[in-house]
Amino acid sequence: MSLSMITPEFLIERNLERCIKCQVCVRQCANEAHRYDAETDTLSCDDLACVGCHRCVTLCPTKALTIRKFPLEFRTNANWTPDAIKAIYKQAETGGILLTGMGNDKPYPIYWDHLLLNASQVTNPSIDPLREPMEVKTFLGRKPEALEIKDGKLKTKLPPQLELDVPVMFSAMSFGSISLNAVKSLAAAAREAGTFFNTGEGGLHQDLYEYGENAIVQVASGRFGVHYEYLNAGAAIEIKIGQGAKPGIGGHLPGEKVGKEVSETRMIPEGSDALSPAPHHDIYSIEDLRQLIYSLKEATRYEKPVAVKIAAVHNVAAIASGIARAGADIITIDGFRGGTGATPLCTRDNVGIPIELALAAVDSRLRSESIRHQVSLVIAGSVRNSADVMKAIALGADAVYIGSAALLALGCHMCQKCYTGKCNWGIATQDPNLVKRLNPEIGARRAANLLRAWKHEIKEMLGGMGINALESLRGNRLMLRGVGLTEKELEILGVKAAGE
Amino acid sequence: MKRIYAQEKYCIGCRLCEIYCAAVHSEYPDDLVKAFKKAAMVPTPRVKVEEERPLSFALQCRHCEEPHCLKACITGAMYRDEETGAILNDKERCVGCWTCILVCPYGAIFKDEITGKVVTKCDFCLHMGQPACVEHCPNGALQLKEEGGDE
Ligand code: SF4
Ligand code: SF4
Ligand code: SF4
Repeated sequence: MSLSMITPEFLIERNLERCIKCQVCVRQCANEAHRYDAETDTLSCDDLACVGCHRCVTLCPTKALTIRKFPLEFRTNANWTPDAIKAIYKQAETGGILLTGMGNDKPYPIYWDHLLLNASQVTNPSIDPLREPMEVKTFLGRKPEALEIKDGKLKTKLPPQLELDVPVMFSAMSFGSISLNAVKSLAAAAREAGTFFNTGEGGLHQDLYEYGENAIVQVASGRFGVHYEYLNAGAAIEIKIGQGAKPGIGGHLPGEKVGKEVSETRMIPEGSDALSPAPHHDIYSIEDLRQLIYSLKEATRYEKPVAVKIAAVHNVAAIASGIARAGADIITIDGFRGGTGATPLCTRDNVGIPIELALAAVDSRLRSESIRHQVSLVIAGSVRNSADVMKAIALGADAVYIGSAALLALGCHMCQKCYTGKCNWGIATQDPNLVKRLNPEIGARRAANLLRAWKHEIKEMLGGMGINALESLRGNRLMLRGVGLTEKELEILGVKAAGE
Repeated sequence: MKRIYAQEKYCIGCRLCEIYCAAVHSEYPDDLVKAFKKAAMVPTPRVKVEEERPLSFALQCRHCEEPHCLKACITGAMYRDEETGAILNDKERCVGCWTCILVCPYGAIFKDEITGKVVTKCDFCLHMGQPACVEHCPNGALQLKEEGGDE
């Protein structure tokens, strides 16, 4: 073996005045970065093994640990950044594709942070959500052309709808990419909050059928775990064409993660790689997509909305229009910051477009074609807080999906090592030693708390605008103003500049 | 009466229960660093994590309905606290004959490493509201529940 040029990313510091040698850190780090030597009764660490997940820091009972960026400076070079240099060392050593987890972390513009919300002053009263009713209920699904009302009763038969008590759902994360305890946490939180979780392309584990009413079951190009009961167990079906973290690539689950339960749920042999084809091989056109949409509707007696999920790519507006015309009831668009359990670094960081622009473009396009009511729009790809939700809704979304934010609520520390299967927080792993670190009762409580908090905040902000129903904010881009944006960006977003 | 129940499926084997148990029974019950670094000797934890990975669970005295240790104790040092139902050991009377250690079917009684002469065991340290192990389990794997509650 020749010399490795890979240097640590993090530096582990142990305050010896505080350390009581309890070895909790040793027992908790699945990367084996901490070691105890009984002979000398000392602890040591291997900085190279540390991924910066903070598991040890959080559990150390005396708070003796600090994890810092490894202080190794290259000569300053705006072009050859340390990341760029280190990527070359790694590839020169391995000859492989660089993998990563979670979403794009490069400093592309975050349009949410260039959009500001409105509030009422003098000329229209704001509303106090603690004193007055405030409606944030959301219905997802195709809306009829017109409503016929007879004798005070609705006569039009509504197409199937999903009813959300809060306009936030948990995005597609498969059992396989995340642990069963993580899925259980999200499923229980979705039920508690009156919203939905998405199975991802991993099928529905037997234990999760009881949460079927709050599940959106996915059908992806690998068709893993798809069967009659599965399709009928969920409240809606989502056809996954693409995802924001890896547009144009199918999901890959390495065989090591395909244990007994994953294999049974996905209906594939234990230990075999679950490689979803890049495209659906029965969908090469909008017409083909229509066939799958209607086969799924047929299989579920037209009782469930069918969604189609795509990654936000250059032509997203035209594609979305095609999807609406193909008969989808919901379109999910996943922006280029969307997370994942594993993706090639080159794709994650360079493919796709920002969700804010994609959303505005799609909403505008569907409106201009007078087909906006035929589909609901759900967006994903890095919604970080309740204000992002508000801005998304004002830009035209009906609801949002959160994936990374939901995992953060469960304890994820964004180390981006999901693809290693050694998630120290029991989330992106199938190792039984690690999975049990996530108690789904605690997880469910934390995820439901997050939704509860956001719901309160959404009501606060709505009230401030003098709006008492989320429906009145939907697509109401006058409630937004842009700061630090070019004319063209403002035009695409369809918002005025601040001060206008 | 309340009892401590272990949920082995959520025990992560961190042994924080043992660490806090030792500390709250030390000279410095509120300060881990002092308890481990300043106290002359750190008390023996009265709870023990049993492991055969991935299985692990924390075991402490079950405060049995019919305690073998209490029956076997030759000096009457082992007694039941009427209020909480906890089985306690009176260090003044214990002579360190280790009979209780031999008869406890759970292995929940230990030789007190500080004195080496008496036994030590879970005293159900309820005075803080919750026993220390329950209070400090980071994953809810130890729970204080009414007896007969599901495990
Ligand atoms: S967890 Fe903290 S106190 Fe315990 S050995 Fe590690 S650094 Fe020391
Ligand atoms: S990988 Fe995580 S648990 Fe291990 S040393 Fe680094 S921060 Fe601590
Ligand atoms: S899910 Fe786990 S591995 Fe992935 S980023 Fe979060 S903490 Fe790291």
